[in-house]
Amino acid sequence: MGLTGIQIFKYLPKTNCGDCKFPTCLAFAMRLAAAQVRLDACPHVSEEAKKVLTEVSAPPIRLVKLGMGDRTIELGDETVLFRHEKKFNHPSALALLIADNLTDQEIEQKIQQVNNSVMERVGQKLRVELICLQERSADPARFAQVAKKIVASSEAGLILSSFKPEMIKAALAETAARNPLIYAATEENYSQMTALAKEYKLPLAVFSDKGLEALSSLAEKVAAEGVEDLVLDSGARSSGRMLSDLTQIRRAAIKKKFKPLGYPTIIFPGEGGGDALMEAARAGIGIMKYASLIVLNSIEKEVLLPLYTLRQNIFTDPQQPMQVAENLYKVGEPNQDSPLLITTNFSLTYFIVLGEIENSKVPSWLLVADSEGLSVLTAWAADKFNAPKIAKLVKKQNVEEIVKHRKLIIPGYVSILSGEIEEELPGWKVLVGPREAANIPKYLRDMTSSAAL
Amino acid sequence: MAYTVPKEAYNGKINQVEVGRNQHKLIMGGEETLPFLSFEGKAVSTVPLALEIQDINPTGDWASSLTEIYGSVMDNPAEWARMCQDEFKADMICLRLAGTHPDNGDRSPQEAGKIVEAVLSAIKVPLIILGSNHVEKDAAVIKHVAEVAANTGSIIGKAQEKNYKTFAAVATAYGHKLVALSDLDINLSKQLNILLTQSGFDSKNIIIDAMSSTLGYGLEYTYSVMERIRLSALQQNDAMMQMPMICDIGEVTWKVKEAKATEQDQPAWGAVRPRGILWEVLTALSFLMAGGNLVVFRHPEALSRVRSILAELMATA
Ligand code: B12
Ligand code: SF4
Repeated sequence: MGLTGIQIFKYLPKTNCGDCKFPTCLAFAMRLAAAQVRLDACPHVSEEAKKVLTEVSAPPIRLVKLGMGDRTIELGDETVLFRHEKKFNHPSALALLIADNLTDQEIEQKIQQVNNSVMERVGQKLRVELICLQERSADPARFAQVAKKIVASSEAGLILSSFKPEMIKAALAETAARNPLIYAATEENYSQMTALAKEYKLPLAVFSDKGLEALSSLAEKVAAEGVEDLVLDSGARSSGRMLSDLTQIRRAAIKKKFKPLGYPTIIFPGEGGGDALMEAARAGIGIMKYASLIVLNSIEKEVLLPLYTLRQNIFTDPQQPMQVAENLYKVGEPNQDSPLLITTNFSLTYFIVLGEIENSKVPSWLLVADSEGLSVLTAWAADKFNAPKIAKLVKKQNVEEIVKHRKLIIPGYVSILSGEIEEELPGWKVLVGPREAANIPKYLRDMTSSAAL
Repeated sequence: MAYTVPKEAYNGKINQVEVGRNQHKLIMGGEETLPFLSFEGKAVSTVPLALEIQDINPTGDWASSLTEIYGSVMDNPAEWARMCQDEFKADMICLRLAGTHPDNGDRSPQEAGKIVEAVLSAIKVPLIILGSNHVEKDAAVIKHVAEVAANTGSIIGKAQEKNYKTFAAVATAYGHKLVALSDLDINLSKQLNILLTQSGFDSKNIIIDAMSSTLGYGLEYTYSVMERIRLSALQQNDAMMQMPMICDIGEVTWKVKEAKATEQDQPAWGAVRPRGILWEVLTALSFLMAGGNLVVFRHPEALSRVRSILAELMATA
């Protein structure tokens, strides 16, 4: 464990063939040591070398999969502590907690709430990925019956939660094919829980609230018995403990390569007390700081939209801006006389501009040009937002058939483009809008009140 | 395998800044670790939470979730400030002189000065005085209002690359702390701090504004710039990055539709009131996790929610 680049290099073919997309075997070895690539990117490693190197090439935090098919949920496999270093790989997955002692009708409602949790933002479909079924009935038959019902009426991932192995066993008979997470092995029950996880080849959560030393030694014992797809719960329920434990777990795994804590994590932010907003606030901290799996008591829409958005923000690639599709968008219910504005497809730019046009209450057309996700000025400086492109886009989107007028409002920062666009688009007049989007409402209102169009 | 707590050894720490007057002084900053990680060192112990008020009634501009709370006091900045202090328990009041903007009333420095005076006599807690984000006008306004507020230990802002000299001069002359705003870029932020210091301003009186955004609208940029500023302060012991950071989030948050669209307009988004509050809460917590030391809110419930979470974050486990 913890080989250096040079040590790894000794096991590589040293042919510098480049098939791994690195110029030399040494360069590849360095990346491997930093856990930035996988060993299988080199097709030429010998079997013997593989054995030695699998250990080092294993990600510092194990990749654990739950669920099945296209609803498989991947957890863990993170390699950095800060998002500016490198994209965080796997967004925190969200689960709704359902207790088995609720009425059938309440349970059905909650399942439907999960099924209907999909929202779309910046072209991504966002949802609550799992249901955490919690045993409170003390009745294995009831627990199994509800588990079966969940699997029948939802494609969501599943967490089976009980510290009693007989409960888990009862539910697994019906639901093992869904590849659920078993929650949880404890100091008391771990040999039975481990046996179940092994029998069904399922991931297993490990719970100890006696400190990270105790948690890590329990995880080590479970792993020694042959279950390696683990998820850690340190029992932290308030924000302070959560932040402290999750940070230590992440750091121990990544910086110290401390294997007993090299697993994804699970938190229960609602267990710290308070209402849905307090729960969501703690969940937010979990999204920022290293929770892999977040089990919520409440997933009302007003809580989900902020949490989804936060998750999207934190887990975007810092090197690859989010983009929206090139298109002619309607803002409100515009008609053939409504103002026409143009901007770039950097999602931040688009959202800000869209929001301000909406604030103006003036129905408008917003033409979005593909600038490879760059902001207005950056795109202009990189020649990705220029007059020929804009002219082409106007034709391509059939703008001349959709609006009757021939006036195009461009961002104030690129006023310099106006002459050129007019040359490229005969018959059109370019209007230079304000520089800051905040001034768009006033601009549009002034324009429509003076009936400039 | 024995577990050892993975502590980081930092060689820098964040400046501690004291603001306010008389017995009502507050401190911010002073931490020697990343936010709230008391297991490895001295974590931040006070994070002042401020509420924003304005010199002109913002009805029409502000979301109704806000105007229905503040109601008639929005016509009277002094009353408004008092309400925020007494009823909503704000640690500081942030007076934004929005009405001095040429497009929003174009009030004179003298008119602004009268309002600053009235607000100062209405409250005991420290005051943050911000311009309207118009570089030339702000410089003209601040010259006068900083004098009106002389010796109150207020925070004034926002100094930017184009007007920092005026701000630095008056902050020094009248004993204020200074917010230094740059364009969402760690290098620009550092450069402005260097310029201020080179002009003779005491770097211990600077508060960094890395340019706040809001959830869904560039939050990740502010978050990462702030995290990088904190890391270079602590790890590289970079004195030009060791200032406390302000998170001016109310203005950006309450502009976006997710925070203010009613349920009738956006049925898929759920109830507007908790949604808006949570939008501001999560924005605040993000920037606090990234190293923020002072937050300016618009919604009093967002402030009180964050206060509860801060209590959890600061409780020793
Ligand atoms: C982040 C950033 C980058 C990121 C890109 C992020 C992205 N997705 O675009 C990276 C690091 C990749 C980058 C690269 C470059 N950048 Co750069 N970048 C910036 C920075 C700091 C912020 C840009 C940003 O995100 N703005 C926020 C968005 C929302 O702003 P916006 O799109 O302009 O939209 C606003 C307005 O234009 C208006 N608006 C938008 N649409 C519309 C439409 C209408 C109708 C109206 C009325 C208004 C309107 O509303 C918005 C809000 O007010 C700016 C500096 C700055 N603070 O502006 C420099 C800046 C834009 N970059 C610049 C340059 C030169 C470059 C590079 C060419 C080289 C370099 N210096 O690094 C490269 C080119 C990239 C390439 N691929 O080749 C220069 C441009 C100078 C100029 N005047 O030409 C700037 C201004 C920095 C500077 N002062 O030097 N950059
Ligand atoms: S593919 Fe393998 S053998 Fe070829 S350069 Fe990369 S590491 Fe060396």
